Amino acid sequence: MSDTVSANTFRSGPDEAGMFGIFGGRFVAETLMPLILNLETHWNAAKADPAFREEVRQLGAHYVGRPSPLYFAERLTEHLGGAKIYFKREELNHTGSHKINNCVGQILLARRMGKERIIAETGAGQHGVATATVAARFGMRCVIYMGATDVERQQPNVFRMRLLGAEVHPVSSGNGTLKDAMNEALRDWVTNVEETYYLIGTVAGPHPYPELVRELQSVIGQEAKEQILKAEGRLPDMLVAAVGGGSNAMGLFHPFLDDRQVAIVGVEAGGKGLEGDEHCASMSAGRAGVLHGNRTYLLQDADGQIKEGHSISAGLDYPGIGPEHAWLKDSGRVEYVAIRDDEALEAFQLLTRLEGIIPALEPSHAIAEVIKRAPKMSRDQIILVNLSGRGDKDIYSVAGYLGMEI
Amino acid sequence: MTTTRIDRLFARLRDENRPALVTYFMGGDPDYETSLSIMKALPGAGADIIELGMPFSDPMADGPSIQAAGLRSLKAGQTLARTLQMAESFRKEDNTTPIVMMGYYNPIYIYGVQRFLADAKAAGIDGLIVVDLPPEMDAELCIPALEAGINFIRLATPTTDDARLQKVLKNTSGFVYYVSMTGITGSALPDTSKVAEAVARIKAHTDLPVCVGFGVKSAEQARAIAAAADGVVVGTALVNTIAATFGADGEPGGDAVQAAKQFVQGLAQGVRQARVSAAAE
Repeated sequence: MSDTVSANTFRSGPDEAGMFGIFGGRFVAETLMPLILNLETHWNAAKADPAFREEVRQLGAHYVGRPSPLYFAERLTEHLGGAKIYFKREELNHTGSHKINNCVGQILLARRMGKERIIAETGAGQHGVATATVAARFGMRCVIYMGATDVERQQPNVFRMRLLGAEVHPVSSGNGTLKDAMNEALRDWVTNVEETYYLIGTVAGPHPYPELVRELQSVIGQEAKEQILKAEGRLPDMLVAAVGGGSNAMGLFHPFLDDRQVAIVGVEAGGKGLEGDEHCASMSAGRAGVLHGNRTYLLQDADGQIKEGHSISAGLDYPGIGPEHAWLKDSGRVEYVAIRDDEALEAFQLLTRLEGIIPALEPSHAIAEVIKRAPKMSRDQIILVNLSGRGDKDIYSVAGYLGMEI
Repeated sequence: MTTTRIDRLFARLRDENRPALVTYFMGGDPDYETSLSIMKALPGAGADIIELGMPFSDPMADGPSIQAAGLRSLKAGQTLARTLQMAESFRKEDNTTPIVMMGYYNPIYIYGVQRFLADAKAAGIDGLIVVDLPPEMDAELCIPALEAGINFIRLATPTTDDARLQKVLKNTSGFVYYVSMTGITGSALPDTSKVAEAVARIKAHTDLPVCVGFGVKSAEQARAIAAAADGVVVGTALVNTIAATFGADGEPGGDAVQAAKQFVQGLAQGVRQARVSAAAE
């Protein structure tokens, strides 16, 4: 795309219509349009308000535990024998993943807007837990939509959400996974328009959500940039992060997009391989389409019907991706690759043994890509990986895959 | 643009002083042949406009009934091409009843907007209702449809305030579809006096006919709504009537065509009495 090749910056999107090139937009029912426009107005006011930014910062520091450390993974680096590997330790955040960064910002926005009821969709349950957590902290009612299949495979997180006072609604339409939960959350929002704030968990959905969530997650990349400069005196050669909807990746990538010397790699869920239908690699194997309020790369059939994806990781089990990622792919700035279930599972175990860190299955995909790349790079090169979540929630499903009993 | 079958219909109904009955059903539910027979039976039963549902895997604004109908249809092999073919077959026998295709944007986007409009025009389609294309996205399909001579019918809702209403009405043609409540299709019917108020509010901004839908389940409700509007849309209740003829396993068993016909006849009676009884009250 010539317009992006000649662009001076990759960080100026979206435009006023919420578009990143041909991607993004506001493809929603008329009932929701006034709400989305209202949200945009409040968001624009909030992000320009120093008091709001300070509130987000304060909660980030004292409630979430920011800044998260940047950790040199010495033994993994030695084991792979190539580039130096650093982890951005988002798994150390309160609630165990990067999801809380976004939730803290959005609940403060919801409060500014006078909303009293929070709804959210969740796949792995990390966003659901983070949402239920901030809803409890601010005394708001909370309803979480979760695919029935995911409710089964993420029982500990379902229990956490209920402990936190959230109502968890299992969604059995479709295949009962993340996309079906999102459909149901949208149906709730269309019905309960006045009092309800829809707290979307990733950089997708109608404008302004992709920008809003990106801005709240960009703290990851901003901190990482400062931290690596302090540790190494220079920027990394490569960033690697897993992409489902793409919020942890966008949070890390965005502050680095205009540092052209930094290669950026997004890792999709390759499931059982890209040959068949059992994967969630919408960028590697999908095509542009319109779903859930935005145009982006989607897994779909020749008739435009959305396909159900598959991944070992419930958090990556979504047939689409945030629209800004779609644009970054087409512009060539970010490279997107796919990692299979078995490769992620191996990386999960390797990291656990070498570093004493049990990663979630989502960042295990990013680690698996690092395992492929680091040995081919020289010892003075640096890879920075987003360790976006911890694996406690996944031990039951990993045990299942490994044929072990808990 | 030139007048369409929709424009001609409303002109005729104005002369007859009666509101229109607009019936929605899902194309391809439970299968192509049954669905085509239902479609062909609708005008005779009293439907003035046919809304032909295009199934989509992720119908975000629809309730359980229409979701299930869409899944049945897709499972039976329905595609956008087959839905167009259904309209084309219908047109061979009926060249006056307006057909409005209703659904979501992605299947049209994947089919190709220009190719879709050409094929829709050739199949005798008069209008489109595409739920996830608000005025902000008019360049996608609304403007090309108007250029192709196909009405783009927009939904107005209780959340549409006066300022926004102007935007919503700007490129709308054929009629305005007033969604009488916030929520998904098939939910409860709202207070009919509020509907009259809302219709009056819309009419202050446009000369287009206003049809009201979402939640109309019976002939009695259709009559009440029709007293205040230019037309009544019935969707979920018809889809449910059709589904009720299937066996417990979802297999077509009873006479879906006959059931649909009887139900629509009842609605048509209700709608036709609306102005008469309103005048008498």
